[in-house]
Amino acid sequence: MSQLKPPSFAFLITLLPWGASPAVAKSMPVNLTQGVTDISQQVYDLHMTIFYICCVIGILVFAVMFWAIIHHRKDKGAKAAQFHENTKVEILWTAIPFVILIAMAIPATKTLIAMEDPSDADITIQVTGSQWKWHYKYFGQDVEFYSLLATRQDQINNERNKRDNYLLEVDYPLVLPVGKKVRFLVTSEDVIHSWWVPAFAVKKDANPGFINEAWTRINEPGIYRGQCAELCGKDHGFMPIVVIAKPEQEFNTWLASQQQKIAEEKAAEQALLSMNMTMDEMMTLGEKVYLKSCAACHQANGEGLAGVFPALKGNKIATEDVLKHIDVVVHGAPGTAMQAFAKQLKLKELSAVITYERNAWGNDTGDLVQPAQVKAVMDQKDL
Amino acid sequence: MAQTKPLVWTLSAVVVAMFGFGFALVPLYQVFCEITGLNGKTATSASVKPADYVDRNRTVTVEFITYLSPGMQWQFKPEVQTMKVHPGEIHQVNFIAHNQAGSAQVGQAVPSVSPGQAAAYLNKTECFCFNQQPLQAGERAELPLRFFVDNALPAEVKTLTLSYTLYDISASDSAG
Amino acid sequence: MTMESSIANPDMTEHGPHHDHKPSGFMARWVLTTNHKDIGSLYLLFSFAMFLTGGAMAMVIRAELFQPGLQLIEPNFFNQMTTVHGLIMVFGAVMPAFVGLANWMLPVMIGAPDMALPRMNNWSFWILPFAFTMMLMSLFMEGGGPNFGWTFYAPLSTKYSPDSTAVFVFAVHLMGISSIMGAINVIVTIVNLRAPGMTMMKLPLFVWTWLITAFLLIAVMPVLAGAVTMVLTDKYFGTSFFDAAGGGDPVMFQHIFWFFGHPEVYIMILPSFGIISAIVPAFSRKPLFGYASMVYATASIAGLSFLVWAHHMFTTGMPVAAELFFMYCTMLISVPTGVKVFNWVATMWRGSLTFEVPMLFAIAFIVLFTIGGFSGLMLAITPVDFQYHDTYFVVAHFHYVLVSGAIFSIMAASYYWLPKWTGVMFDEGLAKLHFWCSLISVNVLFFPMHFLGLAGMPRRIPDYALQFANVNAIVSIGGFAFGLSQLIFLVVVIKCMRGKGEKAPDKPWEGAEGLEWEMPSPAPYHTHLTPPEIK
Repeated sequence: MSQLKPPSFAFLITLLPWGASPAVAKSMPVNLTQGVTDISQQVYDLHMTIFYICCVIGILVFAVMFWAIIHHRKDKGAKAAQFHENTKVEILWTAIPFVILIAMAIPATKTLIAMEDPSDADITIQVTGSQWKWHYKYFGQDVEFYSLLATRQDQINNERNKRDNYLLEVDYPLVLPVGKKVRFLVTSEDVIHSWWVPAFAVKKDANPGFINEAWTRINEPGIYRGQCAELCGKDHGFMPIVVIAKPEQEFNTWLASQQQKIAEEKAAEQALLSMNMTMDEMMTLGEKVYLKSCAACHQANGEGLAGVFPALKGNKIATEDVLKHIDVVVHGAPGTAMQAFAKQLKLKELSAVITYERNAWGNDTGDLVQPAQVKAVMDQKDL
Repeated sequence: MAQTKPLVWTLSAVVVAMFGFGFALVPLYQVFCEITGLNGKTATSASVKPADYVDRNRTVTVEFITYLSPGMQWQFKPEVQTMKVHPGEIHQVNFIAHNQAGSAQVGQAVPSVSPGQAAAYLNKTECFCFNQQPLQAGERAELPLRFFVDNALPAEVKTLTLSYTLYDISASDSAG
Repeated sequence: MTMESSIANPDMTEHGPHHDHKPSGFMARWVLTTNHKDIGSLYLLFSFAMFLTGGAMAMVIRAELFQPGLQLIEPNFFNQMTTVHGLIMVFGAVMPAFVGLANWMLPVMIGAPDMALPRMNNWSFWILPFAFTMMLMSLFMEGGGPNFGWTFYAPLSTKYSPDSTAVFVFAVHLMGISSIMGAINVIVTIVNLRAPGMTMMKLPLFVWTWLITAFLLIAVMPVLAGAVTMVLTDKYFGTSFFDAAGGGDPVMFQHIFWFFGHPEVYIMILPSFGIISAIVPAFSRKPLFGYASMVYATASIAGLSFLVWAHHMFTTGMPVAAELFFMYCTMLISVPTGVKVFNWVATMWRGSLTFEVPMLFAIAFIVLFTIGGFSGLMLAITPVDFQYHDTYFVVAHFHYVLVSGAIFSIMAASYYWLPKWTGVMFDEGLAKLHFWCSLISVNVLFFPMHFLGLAGMPRRIPDYALQFANVNAIVSIGGFAFGLSQLIFLVVVIKCMRGKGEKAPDKPWEGAEGLEWEMPSPAPYHTHLTPPEIK
């Protein structure tokens, strides 16, 4: 079966007891996080309250049962009583759970209402999921970026030691201010995703076509990690969330620097249009971009996944008309999983990755795609 | 055994009815959404009921955001991002759509309001989202939205966000 | 099963003037059979085969998750494994096993000669092997089999699904038709074919719970059929039920699915309640405590099951009022469920207990199902559910209620009635080994999953962060052990089917009650040809 990976040395290691591998020595909390917001603390308290109530009920019921198991055994000479109903007892054990449930429902209702408080937020983040990355946009601030998994494929394939934050690291984390009410407007471009950061007790589904809202107010600066929580296809396990919470001053500085950075990048793109890049330069950069943004579907060897993601190796689009190739990469292929990369990648990266695809794996077209060409396709100009 | 046949028929009728009920959930759900604002859904046709009165003592912020579905090579932006309004006041906002694709496309905007419980209070008297919007290659259009916020908007809601996701429905439009 | 055993015990015909003529030849006996016992056996064997198939997929999943990193399979294939594992276990293992038990035992328990609609009974079984063969074959299609989770949320299952989706839809339709036919048969049998004097409130609880289950089935399986039909037309025929672009809504899929899905959960547990309510009194030598309240509790669980579906969808974004409504309704379900547990414990109280294998499984059921119930109650609390939702905490919860709940009750039932089915006692030593191995490994397998979920591991991921590594390794070891333990059960069953073992008396369990124990073991091919006297 083509889905099976060839047996590798790494797999043999996995057959050893788990203690044998040094990479897995990280300890795991065994309870829910208390988080860093008032809400997450309330959620934690609620969780513990109900857990303790369940424990007490469990211990009582099982104690009675095991008492019977130990003392009312036939081999101890127990004679069976013949009672089979008792209206009083039955009413009692229907009524008592009601009371307990009401006791649980009151704090739960309070917490829920506090969570869904729609009053004014200080800052709004538009969170958009797509297969398999998150996009963040600071509403009204002209700052937006994609946030992708930063763990390299060779770590996932066990060819290299895994780093500490394996699968929980991204290239561009979301940065938020501490002590401000943040509103998330969550949506999706394709399938349903779910944006989850345990430390904030925020988990909201990203539904294509509709926006969902969630709020948080972070109390402590720090780095908080989460993951996509709704099955969203092949790389559902590989679209983490990283949030860096900074004090307000630092956050404002950061935001300003981002605005400046975006402006500079635009200027650099302009300058790029008149430059010609060399083949070597493009192939090196192109491979890097390809592995980050394309290999998840089309695979590092360009062979794709039969029936799911087309191969690029020997593909007509990657070997024939250059403009068509640029068009597909820049605008995507509607109705398929092929996304539009115009906004996800920089001009230089786009031209590099297209050059790479046209020359790697024996495609060898010799085509060198320049940024200016890509820009022209983006703007629908005829060359 | 005499009672077997009627019982089997009754049960089969229940099965057929429940199959139908599965489909009946579709319109029921739409109605339910519009009433409760589930998913931030708004009415799909123009509101004709005028505002009762304008509440000058209260100000609500209305924000507009737009999303483009994958493959939609349009520019689609509101003229203003935020607006302060009094409940009951009718306002107009234009959205600028510009088809940058090399061919004609038909767009359909799907509205969604946040917070969801406020969706039912955002009344649109005129909206491009009720119709399909064809644009020729390179064509620009101003798409008007006229709306008012209902006076009954719950007091805790101070900000309303109206989002439009623009979908390319050229394929299904030409097919049907 | 009866075929082999009666060959091994030819002396069984000495039991009275029963008409014990079985059709000869494989076709006539098994393929064309309309005999409820044969069909029951077929269902049980089929469900066991599916249990092992779905279990093998679970082994693949646990092997991949043994260590962080991708070792054995690609993520896309991993998703197919989790999807098909779920579908097979729900529709192929648990549900057919209950239908098999119903076929075998309902007519015997209520004094009927057979099911009311014997030919439909044959169809409803023989549809299943085709449905599951089709679904399993789709794994080999280009693009792979279903990979969108057993819940097949749109648009992952519509716009973004593999080409095999049409096969999946057709297979689910067949499974649904099979279940519906089985349910109609059960209802008609119980309503029309009870022996004179077998009033409703004298019915064994297994019959009662199945009657209620059957009503749930005919109410919700058609809704599932509607949901898959919409998926089909959305994907292939240009409708947009679940596509926002055409005025649809992906969240609506979840509402329709869970309107089926939550009653479905009770379809998989109510017959268990009936089984445990038969076994606990038998080995306590004491009548069931609170028979009437058991019936009412079952009915109210079934009724409430239609009002709680959205508790699977708290994170989809609902109005607060809706979240509160579904939270309260869900919490309410713990009341009748608690009543059941209390009744079982009260039945054991001051009984004269012995611990044969069926009783061991029943006690394990009560304890472990209650733990699953507790985690269910925790999941009902909306604000905390935001943290638990779609994590391993949920995986732990539903495996506690479905594996150590439903499956353990099926094991208990199998051991309880195996002597009646095959005419021989099972190998007690092996059966106890099976019990203890299963009990320990099922807890090693599923208990640590609670911790994984609380620590933040999402479900349905093929690879995970390093902090989860140690616990996942333990879970996988528990998984392999649980998988291997089931092979012991296979040996026990095969031995019984081949007639190896002590000859079973008519009533092998001292305290057992019911019409099934008043006939020879193995039960003759035709029983209750003249209705029995009900005292």
